[in-house]
Order: sequence, then C-alpha cells, then structure tokens
Amino acid sequence: MSENRKSLINLNGGLTRRSALKGLGAAAGLVAAPGFVRYGQAQSSEPIKVGFQCHRTGIGAAYGRWYERVTTAAAKRINDAGGINGRPLEIIIEDDGTDPKRGAEVVEKFANQHKVDLVYGTLFSHVVVGSAPAAGELKIPYYVVSEGYHVASGKMNRYCVQPGITDVKAQARSVAPWIADNLGKKVTLVYPDYAFGHDHRDFFTPAIEAQGGQVVAKVPIPPTETSFTRYFPQIPRDTDVIYHVMVGPAVLTFVKEMGEFFGSGGPQLFGFIDSLEAVDISSPGLEFLEGSHFWEGMPRYAQPDQPDYVTAYREAVGIDQNGASANDAKDVSTAAHMFGCWETLNIIKASMEACDYKGPDDRAAMIEATEAMTEMEAGPDHPQGKKLFNGKIHQVFGEQNISQVKKGKLEVVHRTSIEDGAYEPEADYTAMSF
Amino acid sequence: MAFGPYFLLATLEGLVTAAVLSLIALGLSLVFGVMRVVNVAHGEFYMLGAVLAWWVASLFGGHPAIGFMVALVLSPLVVAAIAFVAERLVLSRLKYEPEATIVATIGLLYIIQQLALTFYGPEARPVEAPFHYRMQLPWFGYSAYKLAVIGFSIVMMLATWFVLTRTKIGLVMRATQFDRETAQAFGIPVGRVYAGVFALGAGLAAVAAVLIVPIQQAHYLMGHDPLLLSFIVVIIGGLGSLRGTVLAAVLIGLSDGIISMFFSPTLAKMLATLAVAMILVFRPQGLFGAAAR
Repeated sequence: MSENRKSLINLNGGLTRRSALKGLGAAAGLVAAPGFVRYGQAQSSEPIKVGFQCHRTGIGAAYGRWYERVTTAAAKRINDAGGINGRPLEIIIEDDGTDPKRGAEVVEKFANQHKVDLVYGTLFSHVVVGSAPAAGELKIPYYVVSEGYHVASGKMNRYCVQPGITDVKAQARSVAPWIADNLGKKVTLVYPDYAFGHDHRDFFTPAIEAQGGQVVAKVPIPPTETSFTRYFPQIPRDTDVIYHVMVGPAVLTFVKEMGEFFGSGGPQLFGFIDSLEAVDISSPGLEFLEGSHFWEGMPRYAQPDQPDYVTAYREAVGIDQNGASANDAKDVSTAAHMFGCWETLNIIKASMEACDYKGPDDRAAMIEATEAMTEMEAGPDHPQGKKLFNGKIHQVFGEQNISQVKKGKLEVVHRTSIEDGAYEPEADYTAMSF
Repeated sequence: MAFGPYFLLATLEGLVTAAVLSLIALGLSLVFGVMRVVNVAHGEFYMLGAVLAWWVASLFGGHPAIGFMVALVLSPLVVAAIAFVAERLVLSRLKYEPEATIVATIGLLYIIQQLALTFYGPEARPVEAPFHYRMQLPWFGYSAYKLAVIGFSIVMMLATWFVLTRTKIGLVMRATQFDRETAQAFGIPVGRVYAGVFALGAGLAAVAAVLIVPIQQAHYLMGHDPLLLSFIVVIIGGLGSLRGTVLAAVLIGLSDGIISMFFSPTLAKMLATLAVAMILVFRPQGLFGAAAR
C-alpha cells in the first residue's frame, strides 16, 4: 500500500512551482482577455450583439447545426443591407447542450459577461422553459424559435417572445381537419414524453374531436429512448391513422422500426416532420413511408411553384433542391423549423428600428415594438409565408404545409390557412410589468 | 394484439438486448476477473466501436455488406489497440491499484467521449445494415437483421469460451486470474497478459457496437446506458464468471424486453436495480462468482 501511495505522489511531482505559476498566469490572462476588446469608436458604430443560445451538442444538435447556419446567413444579409439602425449585427454563440440548466446559465453568461443586447434562438421547449425565468430576472429580451405552446400559454414573462414560428397548438389545430377528412377519424398519438410532446397530446386531442374524430390510444415515449419496437403493440388494431412526432438522435431508428413493424400494410401515417428532421427520406428501410403524409413548417424539397424569395432564401442558407446542404448531400437540413431563425432575426431588426434602439436601456421599448406588430407579409423577410402576430400572447401564427412522400420526396399537397389554427388567447403579457 | 404474439415480440426484443448486452458485459467481466480493474470507460470503448464502424463503413461504396463486414473486423481491432495503449500508458503505471484505476478510467471516459464529440460531432449517424429483409409474421413484421445479431453474438460468445478454455492464451489468462503472483513466478508475463485482456474486453464491446449500429445510430453519448446495464449484469452473474455473465445478460435482456413491453421501461430498470441490491445483500459474489479469496 505504501508503495502505491508513493507512486501516486511521484505522479504529482511533475508539477513544478514554475509551471504552476505559468498556468495560473495563462488562466488569469484568459479571464481578463474579453476586457481588452473594447471599441474605440463612437458608440453608434458599436455592433448590436445578439446572444445565440444554440443546441450545438445534446439531443438537439442536428437542429442547432442548421439554426446556426441560417442565423449566420440571415445576419450576413442584414449586415450587407446596412445593419440595424446603421450598426452591424454581431452574433455571439454559446452552446447550451440542449439542457435546461445550462440554458439558464448561458442566458446569465450572455447578460453579464458578453453584455449582449438580447438573447435569441432556442428551440427545445424544456430549454426555453428552463431559461425564460433567467431572462425575465435579468430583464433581457428572449426571442425563441421553439414551437412549444409555453410562450402563448402566458406562463413565461414579458421578455419572452416567439415571433418567427407558429406554436404547436396552432399547428395541431390546423392539420386536424385535413386528417379527419382525408386519412381517418380514429387516431393513435405517438409522442415524446415531455413538454413538447404533451403539447401535441393536449391540443390535437380536442382538435380532432371537434372534427368528429377520436384519439383511440396515446403512446408516450421517453425522449432518451433508443429502441421503439416495444411501444408499437400498444397501437390498437382499429387505428385509422398514426399521428407520430419524435425528437432526438434516435428518430431514424423510430421510423425504421415503425416500418419493420407495420410494413406497408399498416394504418395511415401522419407525421410531424420532426420525426425525420435532418434525416434523408431515401435512407434504406424508409421505403414504407411512400404515400404517407407529413406536416412541414416550410417545405424541405424545392417546390415547382415556389416564389423567387423562397429560392433566394434557400440559396442564402445553403440548401439544395432536396433540402440538404449544398456542400454535402448527406447533410440534410431541418428546413421545416430553421426558417424561424431567419424570420425572427428580421423581426428583431424591424423592432429595433421601430423603437430607434440605442442600447440596453431601450430593451423594454423593443419588446413593446414587437408587441405592436400584427400582419407580416410573405417576402424576403418572411419566406415561409404571411404571418399574424398576437402581441398579447407573444406568439405568431402562420400557414402550415401538409406534404406527401411521392417517389421518395416530399411534395406539398395542402396548405392550411392562418384561421385553421387560430384559437382564443389565454393570456395577456402586455398587462404584465417589465 | 393478443397475448401470444405480444409475448413473442417481447421475447425477440429481449433476446436482441441480451445478445448485445452479453458481449459488452463479457468484456467488462473479463477485465475485472483477470485484472481486478473496474473499467468505467468500458461504455466509451463501445461508443468508439460504433463511431469507428460508421467511419469505416462510410469509406466503402458499393453493397452495404462490404463496408459493414470491414467495419466488423477493423473497428474492434482499432478499439483493442487503443485500449492496449491506454492500459500500458495509464493503468500499468498505477500498478492496478483499485481506487486509482477507477479514477483513471473515469478520466479515460471523459477523454474518449470529448474526443468523439470533437472529431465525430454531436450527430447520430447510421450504418447501413448488411442486408434488409423484413419478415412478415401473421401479427407483425420483424427485421431479420436483428435475428442475425443474436446469431452472431452467440458465435462470438462460443469463440471467447473456446479461447478461454481450450487455448494456451486462455490458460495463461486463467492462471493470471487465479493467482497473479504464482503465475508470475512461473514465468507468465503478467503485464502483457493484463494489457491483452484489457484490449480483448474493449474489443468485445466494440464488436457489440458494430452489431448494433445498423439498428441504432452511432452517437457520442451512447456508451452510458450499456455501461450501467453491463455493471448490473456483471454483478448479478458474478464478476469474472463467463457462464454467469451470459446467463445474467439473458435474464436482464429478457426481463427488460418483456417487462418494458407489458408494463413500462422504467419498471424494468427498477426491477433490474432491485435485483442487484438483493444479490449484493444475499450473495455478494454473484450467482456464479467464486467467493473472494
């Protein structure tokens, strides 16, 4: 034993006084470094700093990669056109690991260390729910691109806004009539067992019942699950339609195992493209999807009748005809969601210009400027389509696409209207104090 | 679905879990049995096997079986080589002291995981299965590849058993396991045997990983769950006992498959953990482990 102990101590003997001091010095230098980066010019040319809370790692990594690309492209477009109020836009990225706790820490780091003007870009609903309180306490605007109903529910705070992407409640409500009319009325829901999946469960169920349909079974799946076959026997035999939505690194396994289980003779499939975001639809084992339907926020595949501004958007964010990276055909995008980053940055620009944003003192004015927005026309700033923003619930509403897999590609077969998804607001953020 | 087919599906799923699990746990058990080292980094060798399999398979065009077969040979060899180097550079320097090796393998876990994140990235990437065949049973369909996984894993297990009991290398390993000092006195190069066993253990985990990547995807965090499950298996089966490991893996795999299908996956994990607690209280050496000498 004493011999062992000696060898342990010898290991530490490599650390000399000099090298320890060197290390300490280097560490101190690193900590101090950001302080030296100061802008000598007048305040007016200092960049507007947007802290981008990015899912670079963790279960949201595929989305994070594409959110980052779209954000970079949108920021470049804004800067090429003269920036915001004549000031350049600077994006500062921090990885939140798709983790709520780290999300809150990242918001604090943005506010206290990077001194950003606002925080933006979060997708996963549990990270938004975990980070929003920090943004509220620090009184820093928090523009999320998340889909979850939590913003519209009124449970966040005045600083948390979702102006670039429709929430799940409206999405589920807008596809329900089409499902009941075209696919069937007995629906089984398969969804991830956390906030985002619960939104689907809670809002699709009444929506389909309003169409005379019913949910015959609900199959929640833990978001960290890697094997799915065991859940499929819970789907009743008399199901007409399986409504599936899945997230995380195992989505391909999920869809593949569904195919193995049912083959092409099973119930009709209606999926949220989340189940296949960043996954190639022509992957081996997915042939059974031919003819099935998906919700898409924005089409992954270039559509024959798309307007010029959509073509320009797709080129700017670097995706090809199949919605994969222009540089790597295997790197499939998260096209159905990532447009939200592009649109949200344009809304941030519009809000800052509307309130003549000068600096952090104008943060409340900026939120008020966003709240005052209503209709947004489709165009280069809003390539996904026209939108209607409700300032009371800090939530935007847009048209949704229903696409069918034809010859291994998604083709839009129906576009819902904004009214299809509309619902009565249940909150009023504008009545809350800053 | 009626009870019969439901049970059949649960059993099939359980057997696939058991097949893969027994290979991983066998590696962990060998390392502990011979070296008395609790290898916390074992799950990361598994992950590394999967990541390398993706990398190797993506280098080959043509029929997916070519890339897969090359990966099945190459990936475990590379992982074994890495484990060999890690053993020589780290564990042997610590003189296999239990506390030190646990801390060292935890360090190894993070190093391998973060290197995979840096160079492979956070994405989950699939390896194409060597063949696609879907068996249509009267009640449900099932992937024939999953059955092949069970078959191949049995072959690997028999091969390991053969090496351990019928070859000179196996004899040397068993001698080292039985009594390290006497083995050394008889001229067995204990250090090299240790390095070999550590490499073999990691290689077995990598084989399991290559088998699983066509079903699941290679992801830098995938080593976590198998590590926990194989610890459970090894504790129940008895550390260092090949027979016990395989039996416990089948037991845990099947109960996981069946309980999680009829009740919930959480309950399956709870029962497995409870079984570990009971074994530790009433039979600490495990079902087939020899009592500590």
